[in-house]
Amino acid sequence: MRLLLRFDSKTVREPVISRTTLETGALINILRASVGARRGEILIEIEDKKAKEVEEVLERLGVDVVELAEAVQKDDELCVHCGACVSICPTEAITFNGERRVVITAEKCVHCGACVKVCPTKALSLPL
Amino acid sequence: MVKTIEEINQKIREGNAVVVTAAEMKEIVEELGAEKAAKEVDVVTTGTFGAMCSSGAFFNFGHSDPPIKMQRVWMNDVEAYTGIAAVDAYLGVAQLSETVEEYGGSHVIEELVKGREVELKATAYGTDCYPRKEIVTEISLEDVNQAVMLNPRNAYQRYNAATNSSNRILRTYMGTLLPNFGNVTFAGTGEISPLNNDPEYRTIGVGTRIFLCGAKGYVIGEGTQHAPPYGTLMVKGNLKEMKPEYMKAAYFPGYGATLFVGIGIPIPILDADMARFTAVRNSEIETKIIDFGVARRDRPVVRKVTYEELISGKVEINGEEVRVSPLSSFYMAEKIMKELKREIGMGEFSLTAPVDRIPTKRVFKPMRQREIKVVKSVMVKAYTIPPETPIEEAARLMIDKGLNHLPVVENDVLVGIITSWDIAKAVARNKKGMVREIMTKNVIYTYPDEPVEVAARKMEKNDISALPVVDSKKRVLGIVTSEDLSRLIAR
Repeated sequence: MRLLLRFDSKTVREPVISRTTLETGALINILRASVGARRGEILIEIEDKKAKEVEEVLERLGVDVVELAEAVQKDDELCVHCGACVSICPTEAITFNGERRVVITAEKCVHCGACVKVCPTKALSLPL
Repeated sequence: MVKTIEEINQKIREGNAVVVTAAEMKEIVEELGAEKAAKEVDVVTTGTFGAMCSSGAFFNFGHSDPPIKMQRVWMNDVEAYTGIAAVDAYLGVAQLSETVEEYGGSHVIEELVKGREVELKATAYGTDCYPRKEIVTEISLEDVNQAVMLNPRNAYQRYNAATNSSNRILRTYMGTLLPNFGNVTFAGTGEISPLNNDPEYRTIGVGTRIFLCGAKGYVIGEGTQHAPPYGTLMVKGNLKEMKPEYMKAAYFPGYGATLFVGIGIPIPILDADMARFTAVRNSEIETKIIDFGVARRDRPVVRKVTYEELISGKVEINGEEVRVSPLSSFYMAEKIMKELKREIGMGEFSLTAPVDRIPTKRVFKPMRQREIKVVKSVMVKAYTIPPETPIEEAARLMIDKGLNHLPVVENDVLVGIITSWDIAKAVARNKKGMVREIMTKNVIYTYPDEPVEVAARKMEKNDISALPVVDSKKRVLGIVTSEDLSRLIAR
């Protein structure tokens, strides 16, 4: 399960991730982090069975939590399957299938948006 | 055994022609051999679907009342060329809109093919025969007399693949290239691409009927920059008959607008040689990976590579595995081959013999230029200082010599740079000490033989106003400033 955590000016100063790990024993994998002085966003990955518990703790600590079920979205009306995005994706979430169509493996997507910026037909977008 | 195109057309009319795609033909020749395959198969269909900037369309808008001799014309604010007759114009796919970002001629053409209206705007100087000076109206493909797609250079037989040795992201016509050989991109569809299946141009020539974006089109000659085995074709077709599913307007970020053009070409299997040609494999089709990190015409070749390696998705560069993106759609190319196979099989599409051959030998010359201005011709002497110089002394040197930049040198090698802005910042923050503490260590520099345009782009990209000029050992030879360069380039 991937969770997008949004921090406000107060929570951004707190060691929330460490507290959550200590309290729940969940192993938290940070996929992407963008933390500034007043706000921050961290994308984490956790075991599905710990998800509820981790979410509860984070929310109690004042963090806004969004469950990310979906990967980057591709509009197949616009996609011509050129594959410009394939070598750009840092996690190899975008590949060709047997028909040479471009497909996205949702579990591998870390919502970095790199592919969105390179698509020549604007077929890709982030769900959030 | 030799077949003629007329005999093949007879079979097509009777519904007896054996038509296979180029992908299927490889297997057939491998199994039966070229002689037998030539007896079995009549036509091989090939396909490609790539971003082809050298594309566009001619329009004849009809005459307004009172009439106008268009001097400038825009379609949805994208300018078309009308230096021809009164109401004729050519809209290039790479021309950009004057008002809408990331929108170009390709998008206008796509909208028209989808049946939408676009705004037509024209201005003129007015003559006795054409008194009108401006017009604004809406048009669709139904309203215009002719709409002819005419692409000066399409269907590249093979193309140089691209990578990037520099330390910054490059946005190019070959897509986004990640720093430090982060990826490779390539174009063309290799063994299923039309010209690779007829490498001596025996059957593809002037007058060859082709599938162009869903309509019937024609080859009208070799394309511009045709340089076998990097052959190209000039093609035309009726835009009014085209289907939106076989073309796609595109915008390469940081580069510009272009059009994905779907082309399919049938190849008659006249004899065993043609069967052998159409059996070509990706492993036999070679190209080069070139380094876009060097912004020159003659970009360094990183290595040779086959289409088989490129299509595999990974190539090796300097011992490391690098991931590859095609920029042509193999899915669409396959779809076009199958569609053309269907049309020929149904008797809807017959073959043509070329009226004339296209050249099998041709070199692609560089531009004749008056001169290439290089940094050496504009650089001036640089005053350099060691990193242990006190900040006040550096400030004094700048004032005395009227300088804004001082390269910092240690053991003859460039290690930093300080600017008058760095000094002002140090003073404002009451910071005293050595230049080493306030200098910029990651210096952007240039070489004496670098063209001034390249140096100017480095300054613009990095938002800086001077570049130290160094030799291969990073010894400072001089300095160029943006003022010196802008004076030279503007001239």
